[in-house]
Amino acid sequence: MKIKVIVTLKNGVLDPQGKAIQQTLNGMNFDNVNEIRQGKFFEINLNENDEGKAKSKVEDMCKKLLANLVIEDYKII
Amino acid sequence: MNSSVIIFPGSNCDRDMDVALKKFGFKNQMVWHDDQTIPKSDIIVLPGGFSYGDYLRCGSIASKSKIIKSVIEFANSGGLILGICNGFQILTETGLLPGILQQNKYLNFICKNVFVKVNDKNNKYFKNIKKDILELHIAHNEGNYFCSNEELKSLEDNNQIAVTYCNKMGLENDEHNPNGAIKNIAGIFNKNKNVLGMMPHPERMVDAHLSGEDGSLFFENLLENLK
Repeated sequence: MKIKVIVTLKNGVLDPQGKAIQQTLNGMNFDNVNEIRQGKFFEINLNENDEGKAKSKVEDMCKKLLANLVIEDYKII
Repeated sequence: MNSSVIIFPGSNCDRDMDVALKKFGFKNQMVWHDDQTIPKSDIIVLPGGFSYGDYLRCGSIASKSKIIKSVIEFANSGGLILGICNGFQILTETGLLPGILQQNKYLNFICKNVFVKVNDKNNKYFKNIKKDILELHIAHNEGNYFCSNEELKSLEDNNQIAVTYCNKMGLENDEHNPNGAIKNIAGIFNKNKNVLGMMPHPERMVDAHLSGEDGSLFFENLLENLK
């Protein structure tokens, strides 16, 4: 079973890469881009058929490694 | 005094640290990350570099390596642990130190000498050190220290802010903050002050002909304090 995870910076945490991408897009005449926040996307292939169990394992992985909860939030999709 | 320097795949300041420790009289041993035990040590050093290619987040993969369990046990029993640069990043990822080192504010890799102010001398690392302001070298892409407001308050209340970026005279402001770190933080202690993480490299400042000697002050002083 494949589980997908998105890790993003928490609101209010400085994202210099997102800012640089936004400024570049503005410079390319994409004038209506107000803000960009960059994140990470994981596709996790688990040897598990029960979706609930799989998601709970992935949640554990997010807390222990995939995200640093000081500055990041995770979303399992 | 016995010291151990842990080598991770991608560490690159391990040898410099070994040279510096030995120069000031430590009996140093190099320890591989895949080992499970650490030889008897008075201090363990996590050196700078790019452990595991900085994959995922700097220090995050190293913080789960085999040797780390022993490092955490050593810290919890009061043993001294010094993390420099990537070592500091690893310490935050293990949870031994609060907060995280984010990418530098202006997205540039910074490699230059800076001045840092010693904020607290009530610990084994800086007790009796002869200078209040040290000139040390920094070389990093992720040195922008960040923590929550509650953690910052707790760091301040317990005098856990070890060193802060400043100018030659000790003035701390944005102009002399190279990477955007909150409150100009360059290094912090844990609550018991046996664990120190800092971005500047004292091991690069131990030769009057090549660099400066403020790193020598740090190591000489540390050895004295451990005797």
